[in-house]
Amino acid sequence: MSIAQTDVLIVGAGPAGLASAIQLKRQGVTRVTVVDREPEAGGMPRLCHHTGFGVWDFHRLYTGPQYARRYVALARELGVELLTETTITGWRSERALTFTSPGGLGAIEARAILLATGVRERPRAARLIPGYRPRGVFTTGSLQRFVDEEHLPVGKRAVIVGAEGVSLSAFMTLTGAGVAVAAMITEFPRDQLYLPYAPAKWWLMDVRHPTPIRTATRITRILGRKRVEGVEVESLSTGQRQVIPCDTVVFTGDWIPEHEVARKGELAMDAGAKGPRVDGQFRTSAPGVFAAGNLLRGAETAATSAMEGRFAAGHIADFLAGRAWPRRRLPILAQSPIIWAFPNAISVSDDPTRLKRVSFRVEKFIDDAVVQVRQGRKVLHEQRFSHLLPNETMRMKGDWLSRVDFGGDPPQVILTG
Amino acid sequence: MQKIYDVAIIGAGAVGTAIARELSRYRLNTVLLEAKPDVGMGTTKANTAIWHTGFDAKPGTLEAQLLRRSYALMQDYVPEAGVPTEPLGGLLVAWNEDQRQALPALRDRAHANGVTDVRIISPEEVYRLEPNLNQGARGGLFVPGESLICPFTLPLAFATQALLNGVSLKLNFPVHSVKQQDGVTLVEGPEETVRARYLVNAAGLYSDEIDHMLGHHDFTVTPRRGELIVYDKFARSLVNHIILPVPTAKTKGVLISPTVYGNVLLGPTAEDLEDKTNTATSEAGLTMLLEKGRAILPRLLDEEVTATYAGLRAATEHKDYQIRLHAEQRYVCVGGIRSTGVSAAMGIAEYVGELLAEAGLTLTPKPEFKTIRMPNIGEAGPRPYQQPELIAQNPDYGRMVCHCEKVSLGEILDAIHSPLPARTLDGLRRRTRAMQGRCQSFNCQAHITAILAKETGQSPRFLLSLDAGKELPL
Repeated sequence: MSIAQTDVLIVGAGPAGLASAIQLKRQGVTRVTVVDREPEAGGMPRLCHHTGFGVWDFHRLYTGPQYARRYVALARELGVELLTETTITGWRSERALTFTSPGGLGAIEARAILLATGVRERPRAARLIPGYRPRGVFTTGSLQRFVDEEHLPVGKRAVIVGAEGVSLSAFMTLTGAGVAVAAMITEFPRDQLYLPYAPAKWWLMDVRHPTPIRTATRITRILGRKRVEGVEVESLSTGQRQVIPCDTVVFTGDWIPEHEVARKGELAMDAGAKGPRVDGQFRTSAPGVFAAGNLLRGAETAATSAMEGRFAAGHIADFLAGRAWPRRRLPILAQSPIIWAFPNAISVSDDPTRLKRVSFRVEKFIDDAVVQVRQGRKVLHEQRFSHLLPNETMRMKGDWLSRVDFGGDPPQVILTG
Repeated sequence: MQKIYDVAIIGAGAVGTAIARELSRYRLNTVLLEAKPDVGMGTTKANTAIWHTGFDAKPGTLEAQLLRRSYALMQDYVPEAGVPTEPLGGLLVAWNEDQRQALPALRDRAHANGVTDVRIISPEEVYRLEPNLNQGARGGLFVPGESLICPFTLPLAFATQALLNGVSLKLNFPVHSVKQQDGVTLVEGPEETVRARYLVNAAGLYSDEIDHMLGHHDFTVTPRRGELIVYDKFARSLVNHIILPVPTAKTKGVLISPTVYGNVLLGPTAEDLEDKTNTATSEAGLTMLLEKGRAILPRLLDEEVTATYAGLRAATEHKDYQIRLHAEQRYVCVGGIRSTGVSAAMGIAEYVGELLAEAGLTLTPKPEFKTIRMPNIGEAGPRPYQQPELIAQNPDYGRMVCHCEKVSLGEILDAIHSPLPARTLDGLRRRTRAMQGRCQSFNCQAHITAILAKETGQSPRFLLSLDAGKELPL
């Protein structure tokens, strides 16, 4: 097996991976290699044929594919080595990965590795929705591949499961393909189309294609044998069930990191986020291995992923320049109804002044919440929130990170009162 | 004058395809008739994917006898044909005193069935074999010969080999009627009537209905639904053996077993239904499985679910197979193969050959009986993406189409252009594993649909069943 050498090996050519590669080149790192299993680099934005990308990174408004092309072009210009159709199959050693590709099998050994493998949406089976297995069941991603990548026909009338940002993306893809949307359903008592989605929701779902959003509703069954014929839904307030006829169902959101490479490398994982635990410098539990972007937790926007990739690049460059890998670290744990906190680990050498904020997500709407960070019996931090929103990243102050005692228990982020 | 076949076999499940393969050794014109668009589409495709030793069959029954015979025949056939398998062994776990006390009788039954390596083990040994089991195991019965098998490849192997040795296969051939006149059996399908001198009924769930057409009322098939949950490959390291419960009269119970694809199965339920097409999963069934799974292997539930499915076993009111020769009609009924069809198929096939000979069919061996080798879709052997020589010959074997299952474009194209070609997305899934992984085809389905449409000239609307649904009341 041939073993190639590089300075930084990045797995995943989406916004996080490419932004990181570009920044590494700008900081003077000689050899940066990005591998991606898809035939084209660019990641998820390639599939999102609507506008809304690029404001943070390029100060321009792009569609997803334009945005992806811009990143790929920039990476190429700066001399990043881009290997597509290259599937990572495992770890050869601490900092070498094996791959398979049309050119054969091989391995790449690097001085540092960045995992940026992204996320997928939980499909119907993983959500344990009973019924037959008819055609016509999608996630947003598969729907977009059908419509925009392969130009395949979809149905006539769809139900969208989920009412968050990505659900609106599915709505746009469906209506753009001439599919009527019968309803959007969410288990939450309100939709989660917060800013910046609210104006688009008003325009698209109230004015142009008036569409009901059924809140406090869950999907209990898929009807139809060969093709979807409807969905059975249940009102969580009354328990009443009802069938909505449709030939297409799109499951949106409910993200799970594509963590196969991370788990094969036995990196410490966060049970709530389902991604590798990283400290404030995007360092995983394995020396020289970093992780960034949506692999870390359910989905943030492309811009957030790109920003993380860029920040991670700085820390990777420092590591290559000789910054020592921290000897001690503690996980930062979260307790339901808080799903995860980020960073989800803290290392002795983290510089807390660089982390002004700690982000977290909750699993439901909570009003008048008090979030505490405790270490053992000691309260490191307490903060009041008038509203906590699901499917939205919340932020608390990060000054408590400097008060963590590395000889103590892992800090816990909890909800009190 | 229309062609008269020597033998017509109704049903191309594990049993029907095995019979077709068996008869293809001889100088016979055999036709295999299948209602569905592919082989192995009924009970065969949705089960627990285990190659049973027959250790727990009732001694003296035909089922016990044919399972044992089949077990021996498959020892040669499975490696020869390259059917994915893993010899993990089964572990029956007793969770209470009653169950523990039932173990000696089960061991004695196994020994009576000729499965002599079965032994009772202590709770300590149970936990040594399966460290992740929940607490409370009182002991176990170890059955070294139980194995995993690929229930998709097996009937494809039988059918492909039968085709190669001259058997005709007619798919999309639901049998409307069976009549006998002037020593010939007329099997009427939607577009043509097949004539044959001998008839074998291996129609699985519908074997009683075919039997009625020939004037017999020996048994009634009650579809017994089994729902199963497939867990992510990350769960595979939690389980080393096929973990079985102590069986009851009605069912072998809920098991946890690895699959040859590297996943972990939890199931099946057992529920008698009336509708022979009801392969839907249910809320109650899935909930029950999660409870059982949590009780047996708590950590299993921390992993993601990859798929859920339901299959129907062809149960009858009898406790044994319903294999009967009606010599005067030159007809063999192969009914009531309950839940052991995959494991017993080769034994059944050999036995059916003997019955046909008894009824007067001349079995003259052909000078050459062609063998086959199926593409490996199991984890135990090398897959194409792991073989540099293969990729060097054809880069498409290094071009991943289904990332979750690491299925290459080369394998997809092979399956579409194989002797028994994949014509549907489901057929492609069963031949290659594509679309079967943790993303449940959400990354690759669009691409694979486009490839299948292009390569076969079928329209995407047809492949996606877009015209199959009822008219929607908009």
